Amino acid sequence: MQELIATLQNGQTFFASLPPAILTLIFMALGAVLFATVMALNALVAVYAERKISAWMQDRLGPMEVGPQGILQTLADAVKLLLKEDIVPAAADKKLHMFAPFLVFAAPCAAFAALPYTREFVFANFDIGVFYVASITSLSVIAILLAGWASNNKWALLGGMRAAAQIVSYEIPAGLAMIVIVMQAGSLNFNAISLEQNGGIFHWFILRYFPFNLIAFIIFYIATLAECNRTPFDLPEAESELVGGFHTEYSGFKWSIFMLAEYAEMLVVALVGAALFLGGWSSPFGSFMNGGAWGVFWFAGKAVFIIFTHMWLRWTLPRLRVDQLMHLSWKVLTPFSFACILGVGLWMLI
Amino acid sequence: MTGFDIMFYVIAALTLFSAAVMVFSKNIIYNAMGLLAAFFGVAGIYVMLGADFLAATQLLIYVGGILVLLLFGVMLSQRFSGTEMRTGTLQVVPAILVCAGIAAILLRMIWQTPWQKVEIGAPAPTTKTIGTLFMTDYLLPFEIVSVLLLAALVGAAFIGRRDAR
Amino acid sequence: MQVGLTHFLVLGAILFCLGLLAVITKRNAVTVLMGAELIINAANINFIAFARYLDKDIDGQMFGIFVIVVAAAGAAVALAIVLNIYQRMRSVNLDEADSLLG
Repeated sequence: MQELIATLQNGQTFFASLPPAILTLIFMALGAVLFATVMALNALVAVYAERKISAWMQDRLGPMEVGPQGILQTLADAVKLLLKEDIVPAAADKKLHMFAPFLVFAAPCAAFAALPYTREFVFANFDIGVFYVASITSLSVIAILLAGWASNNKWALLGGMRAAAQIVSYEIPAGLAMIVIVMQAGSLNFNAISLEQNGGIFHWFILRYFPFNLIAFIIFYIATLAECNRTPFDLPEAESELVGGFHTEYSGFKWSIFMLAEYAEMLVVALVGAALFLGGWSSPFGSFMNGGAWGVFWFAGKAVFIIFTHMWLRWTLPRLRVDQLMHLSWKVLTPFSFACILGVGLWMLI
Repeated sequence: MTGFDIMFYVIAALTLFSAAVMVFSKNIIYNAMGLLAAFFGVAGIYVMLGADFLAATQLLIYVGGILVLLLFGVMLSQRFSGTEMRTGTLQVVPAILVCAGIAAILLRMIWQTPWQKVEIGAPAPTTKTIGTLFMTDYLLPFEIVSVLLLAALVGAAFIGRRDAR
Repeated sequence: MQVGLTHFLVLGAILFCLGLLAVITKRNAVTVLMGAELIINAANINFIAFARYLDKDIDGQMFGIFVIVVAAAGAAVALAIVLNIYQRMRSVNLDEADSLLG
C-alpha cells in the first residue's frame, strides 16, 4: 500500500498536498468500509445460497416468494431482524451483553486485511501474515465465552464453554497444518506463499509432496470447519440440545450480528485455505487469465467453492457429540498433523 | 509530533486506561475485559518497537490462551444465582500509597539514568532471525522450556482433576 | 518530545505498579493472578524496549518469548491450584485459605 500512496502523491496535485499520514488514514478508512461491505454482501449471498442449496439437496425448492426465485429473501430477513424488539434478560449484564456480538464480529473482520487479493496490491503486507490470522481468530473464543456468560442463562453458559473448548482444541491441528505449508514456502507472508504457487495447477501446494499436503489440507479443512461452529461441529448452537447455545438470549439485531460473524468467519477460513493450499490468486491454467484483476476472481472463486463444500457437508453429516469432537481433535487430527510435519520435513531434507 | 508519537500516546493511553479498569473495577468479568484490552495495548507497543513476531505471539498466547483460562477459572469458581460477582478490596489507601511510592522511585530512576544510545535502523522483520537464534544460540533454553511446558501441562491436569481429595 | 526509550520504560513502570496494586488489594484469587500477569507484561515491555534501543541484535526479544512461555505455564498451574482450592473450600477468597493442614 505504501507504493500506491507514493504514486498517488507524485501524480495528482490534490493528493500531493495532503501529508502522507492523512492519506494513509483515508486509505485505512476506505479499506475498513470496503471490508464491512464485502462481509455484509457475503452474508446476504451466503444465507440465500445456503437455503437454496440445502433445499435442492433435500428435493425441495427453498425460498421462492420474495423477488424472482427468492433472491430478495435475505434482504427481507435482515429488515425483519432490524425491526424486532431487542430483549435483554433482566438479570443479565447489559454492557457485556451488548459488547459480545460486536467482538465476535471484529475478529474475522481484522483477519481480512492480511489476505493476498492480487499480486500487486495487498492491504497490509505483513511478514507474519499467517501467524497474524491464526492469532486474531482466537479473539472470537473470548467473545463467545462472554456472550454465554452475559446472558445469565445456564444453557447459554454451557454452550459458550463448549464452543470455547471446541475452538481452542481445533486451533492446534489448524495451526500445525498451516506450518506444513509455511515450511515449504519458507515464509509467513501470504503474498510470498501465493507467489510460490504461481504457474498453473501443478504448482499448487495441495498437489505437491503427495500425500502429505493433501492430508494437511484435509486436516486444515476439518479443523477450520470446527472453528466456525459449523455442522458437523455445531454443538454449541445445537437447537435440539442447548436451546440456542450461546446466542439463546440474543434477539433481533444482535442475533443477526452473530450470524454475520459466523458467515464472515467461514469466508475468512475459506480464503486462508485457498491462499495456503489452492494457490491464492494464481490461475490454474498457468499464465492464461493470470495477474491483475484476474487474481481477485480466482481467489474469490476458490473461496466460494470451499464455502459450497461447507454447506454441502452441513446437510450430509450428522452432528458430533462433544466427547467425539474432543476425541477427533486431540487423538486423531493432532497426531496426523504432527506426522505430516515430520514427513514433509524429512522429504524436504532428502 | 510525528505519526509514531501519536500512535504511541494513543496505544499507551488505551493500555493504561484498561489496566486501571482492571485494577479498580469490582466486577470480575470487567477485570478480565480490562486485562484483554491491556494485552491488546501491549501487543500494539510491541509492534511499535519493531517486534512483529512477538506481538502475534502475545496475542495468540495471552489473549487466546491465558485469558480464556482465566475466564474459565472465573466462571467455574462462582456459586450460582445470587453470587457475589463483586470482589472486595482490602486496605486500599495504604496500598495506593505504597504503589505510588514505588512508581515514584522507578520513574525517578528512569529519568535520571543516562541511557547510552545505539544507532537504530528501521524495524526489520524478525521471524527468520528468531528462528535461527532458537536453533543456534538459544537451543538449550528452548529444550528446557519445552520440558517445562510438558511438566506444567501434566501438573495442571493432575492438580485440577475432579475427584481431588 | 520525540518518543524514545524513556517513554516505553515509563509505561512499563506504571503498568507494573498497577499490577502490584491488583496483587496487594484484591481478595479473589483469580484477580490476583490477573494482576500478576499484568506485572509480567510490564517487565516484558522493558525487555523489548531495551532490545530495540540499546542493542544491535534482538536478544531482548528472545528473552521476551521465553518470558511469555514461562508466564503461560505458571498461569496454567496457578489456575489449576485455584480450582482445586475451590473444590475443597467452595470459595476463592484468599483470606479464608489460611490453614496449612488439609
